[in-house]
Amino acid sequence: MTPFTTLAAIAAYYPKPNVDTDLIIRVERCAQVPRDQLGPYAFEMARFRADGSENPDFVLNRAPWREARILVGAENFGCGSSREMAVWALAGLGIRCVIAPSFGQIFFDNCFQNGVLAIRLPADAHAALAKRASDPKDCTFTVDLAAQTIDGTIRFDVDPLRKTMLLEGLDEVGLTLSRAEDIAAFQAADRARRPWAYAPGA
Amino acid sequence: MKTLFAKVWDAHVVADLGGGVALLHIDRHLQHDLGGGRSLKTLRERGLKVRNPELTFATADHVIETEPGVKGSRHDWAIKLLDSLRTETRAAGVRLFDVGEDGQGIVHVVAPELGITLPGLTAVCGDSHTCTNGGIGAMGFGIGATEIVHVLATQCLVQSRPRTMRATFDGERRAGVHSKDLILALAGRIGTAGGVGHALEYAGPAIRALSVEERLTLCNLTVELGAKIGMVAPDVFTIDWLRGRRFAPQGKAFDAAAEQWLALASDAGASFDREVVLDASAISPQVTWGTSPEDVIAVDARIPSPIDDAKREALAYMGLEAGAPVAGTKVDRVFIGSCTNSRLPDLRAAAAVVKGRKVARHVRAWVVPGSVATQRAAEAEGLHEVFRAAGFEWRDPGCSLCVGANGELVEREARCVSTSNRNFVGRQGPGARTHLASPVTAAASAIAGAIADPREFLS
Repeated sequence: MTPFTTLAAIAAYYPKPNVDTDLIIRVERCAQVPRDQLGPYAFEMARFRADGSENPDFVLNRAPWREARILVGAENFGCGSSREMAVWALAGLGIRCVIAPSFGQIFFDNCFQNGVLAIRLPADAHAALAKRASDPKDCTFTVDLAAQTIDGTIRFDVDPLRKTMLLEGLDEVGLTLSRAEDIAAFQAADRARRPWAYAPGA
Repeated sequence: MKTLFAKVWDAHVVADLGGGVALLHIDRHLQHDLGGGRSLKTLRERGLKVRNPELTFATADHVIETEPGVKGSRHDWAIKLLDSLRTETRAAGVRLFDVGEDGQGIVHVVAPELGITLPGLTAVCGDSHTCTNGGIGAMGFGIGATEIVHVLATQCLVQSRPRTMRATFDGERRAGVHSKDLILALAGRIGTAGGVGHALEYAGPAIRALSVEERLTLCNLTVELGAKIGMVAPDVFTIDWLRGRRFAPQGKAFDAAAEQWLALASDAGASFDREVVLDASAISPQVTWGTSPEDVIAVDARIPSPIDDAKREALAYMGLEAGAPVAGTKVDRVFIGSCTNSRLPDLRAAAAVVKGRKVARHVRAWVVPGSVATQRAAEAEGLHEVFRAAGFEWRDPGCSLCVGANGELVEREARCVSTSNRNFVGRQGPGARTHLASPVTAAASAIAGAIADPREFLS
């Protein structure tokens, strides 16, 4: 996984609440487009009109936000489907950090699996950043994961384990594989407690 | 004193990783055609093996066509995904229920129907509606592609422990009201972010009175409240429903397991981080008017005035006007199916509305049973004849019009009353307009040719 340490980049504000992962990436793209080619399809229903032309009202189609690497969303960002392609598509657009007052839980978890930092902020801090991200002269933020700050002033929480994984670019599967003995011991003890749980169709 | 959720969670902690994060054992892993082949291939290419193939099951549902007799797909990309699922499951020793085979169907329909998922088990799938399994008291939740590989390799997942929330439905629901209406009413009440960060338990007399299938419907929409997990405590209905199922324990082993399952219910006096109480007797049949499941009203109510730009945009997308009654809105399509509402009692209830009546001439109406077993059972009762005589298409099992991943779509600006779970922009096809409702409301709307109150069709 690509490590995440600090990111100084343009932030775009997309004010729509309840942005679902169907809107971030359409399901037929998930079925038909390879992982590293999803970027052009991110937000396609909002970025493009029915005739295929760019929608000039969509924030990521406007300067300077076309270069945005930080996305400030609204409440319940990334709700809906579990499709990790939503994160792959955002990453394909260059987005490495998503900031919102709340997130769809599966999307939030998926971000951390892909070196994308998802930050939950209280309403007032979020509103201040949303306002700044909307101002073309003030929309560059510096996100420092080690210090857990945005521009040195706004503090954010991050789960310690996930923080380490992002900072060091560690792979969660590798860490769990190193606990193979714990898993075997758990299964042996649990099998005695719940034999039925381990023998479907036996 | 512990909650149902805490009992199941605590029994699965392999290691406490600190900060409320646990390495959790996963008892059942379910795979489908949209991501199954890809994840098994990724695992193989990393030089890893499926740790417990005997706890992993796969089926075909998302990308297959449901047109009778197609049995798979005519689309190249879908054929590739199905072939990959077949090749990779065979190589990994994972049981696959292939198209048309006994056991195949929508993953969240077949898992409980076959007794693959059971009370007190943890179950995951690369699909957010895995929460459906909470209807039998399993702790099911959806995961992404990386976590799928994690479970395949280790039979475990790293998870943050959610807070708990109990939704109590007091009273007795009225005629014509389905569990779909109860859960949509809850979405309207707390919103689609109302459950974020929580594991839900549904409780109260109106929940206890639900059939197991209706509990599966209820739990199916948990993720539309922002929560990953929603459960109903297993009781004697659950146990009777599971007895004799193909992959459930049999005989004495079943009785021993059932004793453990009955002990899972939340202890009297167990406390929840959040409580919400609804009066089931005050809930009418529900229908959505917007592009989020929280945009919901009683079918006999008027479309509300938008409170912000997002809701204004939703109304415009749906082609509706605030202040107008939602009933009577002309519809083009009706879809009875999906992991929400494609089980036998759903089909029976819809058939009872349809029997002896005709689908309006301008409406194209589909019934898509959730599994091969459901399809066969419904046909044995003659339900397919009832639907066909009324002008419905009776199709083969699959996700179909719920997901837009199989070539079956609702046309741009066409209006569809759907028993599925998501009315998102473009969900049923680019520009498609979805109204979520129960099977009886969908059936009544097909007959009326417009959104209709099912209570007017009850005999």
